[in-house]
Amino acid sequence: MTAAPTTELVAYDDAVRRYDPVLGIEVHVELGTRTKMFCAAEVEFGGEPNTQTTPVSLGLPGALPVVNGTAVEYAIRIGLALNCQIAESCRFARKNYFYPDVPKNFQTSQYDEPIAYDGWIDIELKDGEIFRVEIERAHMEEDAGKNTHVGGATGRIHGAEYSLVDYNRAGIPLVEIVTKPIEGAGERAPEVARAYVQTLRDIFRALGVSEARMERGNVRADVNVSLRTSPDAPLGTRTETKNVNSFRSVERTVRHEISRQAAVLDAGQAVVQETRHWHEDTGITTSGRVKSDAEDYRYFPEPDLVPVAPSREWVEEIRASLPEMPAARRRRLQKEWGYADAEMRDVVNAGAVDLIEATVAGGTSPAGARKWWMGELARRAKQADVALASMAVTPAQIAELEQLVAAGTINDKLARQVLDGVLAGEGDPAAVVRSRGLEVVSDDGALLAAIDEALAAQPDVVEKVRGGNQGPVGAIIGAVMKATKGQADAKRVRELVLERIGQ
Amino acid sequence: MTSDITRLSASELAAAIADGTVSSVEATQAHLDRIAAVDGDLNAFLHVSADEALATAAEVDSRRAAGDELGPLAGVPIAVKDVVVTKGLPTTAGSKILEGWIPPYDATLVERIKTAGLPILGKTNMDEFAMGSSTEHSAYGNTKNPWDLERIPGGSGGGSAAAVAAFEAPLAIGTDTGGSIRQPGAVTGTVGAKPTYGGVSRYGLIAMASSLDQAGPVTRTVLDAALLHELIGGHDPRDSTSIAEPLPGLVEAARRGATGDLKGLRVGVVKELSGEGYQEGVSARFTESLDTLRSLGAEAVEVSCPHFTYALDAYYLIMPAEASSNLAKFDGMRFGLRVQPAEGPVTAERVMSATRGAGFGDEVKRRVILGTYALSAGYYDAYYGSAQKVRTLVQRDFAAAFEQADVLVSPTAPTTAFTFGEKLDDPLAMYLNDVATIPANLAGVPGVSVPNGLSDDGLPVGFQILAPAKADDRMYRVGAALEAALEKTWGGPLLARAPELKTTELTR
Repeated sequence: MTAAPTTELVAYDDAVRRYDPVLGIEVHVELGTRTKMFCAAEVEFGGEPNTQTTPVSLGLPGALPVVNGTAVEYAIRIGLALNCQIAESCRFARKNYFYPDVPKNFQTSQYDEPIAYDGWIDIELKDGEIFRVEIERAHMEEDAGKNTHVGGATGRIHGAEYSLVDYNRAGIPLVEIVTKPIEGAGERAPEVARAYVQTLRDIFRALGVSEARMERGNVRADVNVSLRTSPDAPLGTRTETKNVNSFRSVERTVRHEISRQAAVLDAGQAVVQETRHWHEDTGITTSGRVKSDAEDYRYFPEPDLVPVAPSREWVEEIRASLPEMPAARRRRLQKEWGYADAEMRDVVNAGAVDLIEATVAGGTSPAGARKWWMGELARRAKQADVALASMAVTPAQIAELEQLVAAGTINDKLARQVLDGVLAGEGDPAAVVRSRGLEVVSDDGALLAAIDEALAAQPDVVEKVRGGNQGPVGAIIGAVMKATKGQADAKRVRELVLERIGQ
Repeated sequence: MTSDITRLSASELAAAIADGTVSSVEATQAHLDRIAAVDGDLNAFLHVSADEALATAAEVDSRRAAGDELGPLAGVPIAVKDVVVTKGLPTTAGSKILEGWIPPYDATLVERIKTAGLPILGKTNMDEFAMGSSTEHSAYGNTKNPWDLERIPGGSGGGSAAAVAAFEAPLAIGTDTGGSIRQPGAVTGTVGAKPTYGGVSRYGLIAMASSLDQAGPVTRTVLDAALLHELIGGHDPRDSTSIAEPLPGLVEAARRGATGDLKGLRVGVVKELSGEGYQEGVSARFTESLDTLRSLGAEAVEVSCPHFTYALDAYYLIMPAEASSNLAKFDGMRFGLRVQPAEGPVTAERVMSATRGAGFGDEVKRRVILGTYALSAGYYDAYYGSAQKVRTLVQRDFAAAFEQADVLVSPTAPTTAFTFGEKLDDPLAMYLNDVATIPANLAGVPGVSVPNGLSDDGLPVGFQILAPAKADDRMYRVGAALEAALEKTWGGPLLARAPELKTTELTR
């Protein structure tokens, strides 16, 4: 028994004080094309197993692939958004390996001729710091099918009685984006990893190339981590943690691997080059297969396809049609809205950019929109432990609410009650105001009756006010507001009280 | 006239059907009867689809009766090599691993055959996955050469060639990766044409080597080959390697050639495709045919293609490399044979291994192993990479040769049909039979084999005509000219000299 598995972790702060982490991230994004990468099978999430297939995506004898032009266009969009060069001609290759979810027993991918290469993307960290990630390449490939292991306790292949394969996902177009080694992140490596993946997700959505829903596996990350003793030292041995499927998990994976590898190195052992699996429940990674006896994929150019050669005119057309990128949009909106840096950062971190933009578009002032989303709504979202965007209220409804306040139909206090109604599904703000009878009482007659009653009940206050001291007038107003259940316009009440007392 | 129907060429039969002398049902039934009578000995067919063929024939007859406009080969029955997928008809590619598999779709060329109203008689025997030159590698028994039942009908498309030579079908589909249409044509006295790569859709061909495979016609006359080629050829969006431009006029070229005027045509004799290894009778017939072409006005020039010497070696790296990957899908997971390991755990990997172990024959295993090795890390550059360079050099040789000549010619195969078992234990000797046909596949150029006589052993010999890519019309012109001139000397087609086959009494 020599090297027992290291279970003790080094505290994260200690680990990054003594070791310099280097990252490499591979992100796979499923493109939102109508059909698959190499055939006309329609793609839709959640179909009955094996209904979205053709002889091509089932790998039947005789079937041949044909490249999906829209997928190529999307790949070019991604490449351009990541400031990459676009290849003048590039080929697909076959990656040969036997596995039941790969119908042909090879994956059609790009190997040494990616469609996009040599790019970069700036990512913004939580405190506003900009970190540049260099992109090695972005290439096209097809997804595999999905295995379900039945029987056994874990849902994993070990101990399963049998496995089912669903080929609906087989052949869905993917773009894989590979970074160059990400150096210099230091203790912020986990945050950089998370922000990078999140930035890519935002870009995919802005480009309209994918729904990019992490929970559906539209975006999946393989996270490579290695440690070295100093930034000048050669790169250490890396591990690759596969299929990390949420931003939070990306961050935690990096953090865990840094602590784990530091412990291995501290113990005088070597980090094993291997693939690892992330476990969301326990927050650790475990060993997958060892890479040193890695399979030989016997790559060779796919003879069933001709090279993809996007003309320069087409590439420029696509470049000209690219939408505004999320970072540029944030800068523009901050300027338009007049938010301070810290305010904008909070808005971004709360995921409120789209919400505020839509609310402003509905006629609310940027300050008013921010007040609602970052104030009352953020508070309620936090209480309910849900994301701001998933609250049961739309930006249009907030804009309407704010309009009702501005028009004097309701006051701030009533507005919160109206919001209660909207969130409870009682309809739009105006409807809630009507059904709950929450209009401000603006009928002077009704107010005067309540005022007279209050004055009669507090003659001492009337005396003091007549004596020139307006301070206690609030007590009368309070009584009137109470009598009208808060539905009076406090400003009008004050005017009427003073008038009545004869001031 | 039932007894004569099967002796007609496809174009003659088409004319008889068109003018109402013969119905398609009669023609189809006559061929089904012939199959029933002789195929017990020949074993050219793996599956006979009598009901489907007669249904198609009846439909053509009624459409004709209704006055519908029909294509030039409507109603003429055809046999299809079993490497081509046919919806609803068993398709095995000659392998146990696909026994019982019924494809859910048609190959593009089958769709075109069906649309054109040709009744499909059945599926023909072949070397397993088209790997071989004798059809001895079929998992379903040997096909016999109609000229001599002790001899091979060539391969891999021995079934299609034998069926056409034995008058079981006037037309057949073959596929040619290194000579599998042309070499069987040569050794059975039939015409076999390999179109320009990309000229006929590969969609629905069970691939051996994607960059070399090409489907084409197997017939008894050059004109029939041109007619069938035009029918199945042309662009197919489902095959990315399919040529977008329309085919040149092939039938017209064959008709023009048959008039016998080749004045001004330069015929290049490939120096490297002669001499040692070529049977004496083969060489003699080749020289005579060259004289015939000269007598028609052609000028013969000698051309050198120095890299053809390496073509066979390059072929036996590229073809197995692609095949090893193309055949990976046969794993027992989704279709075809599934074999559980005899002992030990039943995992997907072990089932795949047991299935492939039991389902593939020796030649297939040999090529899969060769190809896997050639693509392996550390060997790729030396084997696959070098072979691709040779391929480029072969292409340049062709380009240079076609500067000097309009077509290139050689014997199709170095020998006549050999006997069963003769080369089975010596793969290299077997491979050498394709030495003259392989260069065309490496370069993607078209080639046709036309029967040009009998060797000293009384067995048929083939004359190969190669044309530049996309100039398939040239080989039909020259082939038809040679055919017409030779048949004039012989007083009829070569196949008229084939021995009568023993027929089984019909029990229909």
